[in-house]
Amino acid sequence: MNFSKSFRNTFLVILLSLIVSACATKKTATKVEGQMQGDVYTGTDTVKYLADGVPDRVFFATNESILTTKSRDTLRKQANWLRENSSINVVVEGHADERGTREYNLALGERRANAAKDYLITYGISADRISVISYGKERPVDSGSNPLSWSKNRRSVTVKAN
Amino acid sequence: MIRIINFVFIIFFLSLVKAYSLIEIDITRGNLDPLPIAVSPLFQDDNSKKNSINELKIENVGSEISSVVENNLKTSGLFNPLSKEAFLQKPDIAHLKPRFEDWALIKAQALITGKVTIENNKLKVEFRLWDILAGREMMALAFTTVPSNWRRVGHIISDKVYERLTGEKGYFDTRIIYVSEEGPKTARVKKLAIMDQDGFNTKYLTLGNELVLTPRFNPTSQMVTYLSYFKNLPRVYLLDIETGTQEVVGDFPGMTFAPRFSPDGKKIIMSFAKDGNSDIYTMDLENRIVERITNHPSIDTSPSYSPDNKYITFNSDRSGFQQIYVMKSDGSNVKRISFGNGLYGTPVWSPRGDLIAFTKLHKGKFYIGVMRTDGSGERLLTENYYQEAPSWSPNGRVLIFYRETKSNDKGEGFSAKLWSIDLTGYNERQVQTETDASDPSWSSLLSN
Repeated sequence: MNFSKSFRNTFLVILLSLIVSACATKKTATKVEGQMQGDVYTGTDTVKYLADGVPDRVFFATNESILTTKSRDTLRKQANWLRENSSINVVVEGHADERGTREYNLALGERRANAAKDYLITYGISADRISVISYGKERPVDSGSNPLSWSKNRRSVTVKAN
Repeated sequence: MIRIINFVFIIFFLSLVKAYSLIEIDITRGNLDPLPIAVSPLFQDDNSKKNSINELKIENVGSEISSVVENNLKTSGLFNPLSKEAFLQKPDIAHLKPRFEDWALIKAQALITGKVTIENNKLKVEFRLWDILAGREMMALAFTTVPSNWRRVGHIISDKVYERLTGEKGYFDTRIIYVSEEGPKTARVKKLAIMDQDGFNTKYLTLGNELVLTPRFNPTSQMVTYLSYFKNLPRVYLLDIETGTQEVVGDFPGMTFAPRFSPDGKKIIMSFAKDGNSDIYTMDLENRIVERITNHPSIDTSPSYSPDNKYITFNSDRSGFQQIYVMKSDGSNVKRISFGNGLYGTPVWSPRGDLIAFTKLHKGKFYIGVMRTDGSGERLLTENYYQEAPSWSPNGRVLIFYRETKSNDKGEGFSAKLWSIDLTGYNERQVQTETDASDPSWSSLLSN
């Protein structure tokens, strides 16, 4: 179990660096569009805060549940905050954009929420303090039908449960 | 609440119908030349008219029933109901013995006539189908029901006519269950709703307090399975639409979703998500035994049984992307069947067994299509900005699905509507609903 998890994390890191380098090469050709890098939303304008300096959400590429460097940074902040506030439990909500079939998106949202949960667990947060729920594409934050809106909606959000 | 089966259904053949007829409709091809048919208003005597007004608040229920029939035949795309203004013969006389020359003159090839009486809280209907070119009666039926069932009478007549002229069962005496949607995209309120196939008699089955998704009919009873976020715990539920009682399906420690009944109505098949992985499970409704069908670290969802219960088609991203698979119903012999460009989702097995309908996403467009059960013969029926989740008519000739429109950057202009399309790819039309709508599921024929 532990072995497979750490194996998965290394795998993720390798995969991620591949993606990042792929994006980097692409970026020289195409312009970085607004607040997106590749396909992933990088802005903070829709982000609420769990606490001062602790953003509540991370963003994903289309059809992906891989955590970006920035996402992992955010989740580490959440983990630190959760360690300091050990009486607080959280729900991680997983979301998808509107460009996918409803049922698959429910599964994808669950996968994204668990990716965030797993990362919090590796940073020392007990699994029983974190529950997950997937909303699929049912609860977008941005109602536009464009790539930027969709990137804001592909997210997992950590909310206080109590 | 919803009364369905207590139909006093007396069919007696007024004459035998084996006679050779000239008219028949080939429904296997797109019908660009629909059959001209005259639907004479069903005749009603003065006494029945009085009772009709008293009991139904409708002045001429005979004429209303014939409108139901006309509308059904027209929306099938196979018939062209002629304007009543051109009719030369009165309904009562036509019903006894039509003057075929008069009907031929207005280019009718078939004629429906009938008679309604309402007495002692009973509605009696008899109707006949005539072959104008051959100059003979093709079918004559009569039945009795409660007056409030008058729209169903129209649907049953439509089914009988459709079956007599196409050689296949109709799909008019059916219902659609769907999700009614209201409010802005970011705070959509969703309710379960049910209506007749033609959009009438809408009833709301939930109040909108919790999110509900993907309702599906049991093909053998008036049960529905759906996903509800009741108490913020997304679980598959079972609902009896006659009694209104509902229960959670199984005791799963996490989200269950994408439910569907087996064709024999005995099992629910669905996905269960745990630790980021979704697999397919079944629950037997009689002994409540839960079985795991797939066991794979990818997403396995949207399962649908073949009509003989022997196979299951489902959606999986085990290849890296969403594709369609078929396996034996015990989970063995998993085979990928979709190999075209793009992503494939929501496979659903045709009630005739030979085809699987699906949603396809390719280059930013969504398609509804069909393929054979081995994946060959892929045919895309319709392309749009967003559409998904086809459901088959019980005779396997028509698909109903939902379509969403693009919203602008402010989120305006969004809508979700039900649409239907013929298996041939012709006759695409919007299905009227009181509100925005999604996730339609077609019932079986309510009567046979």
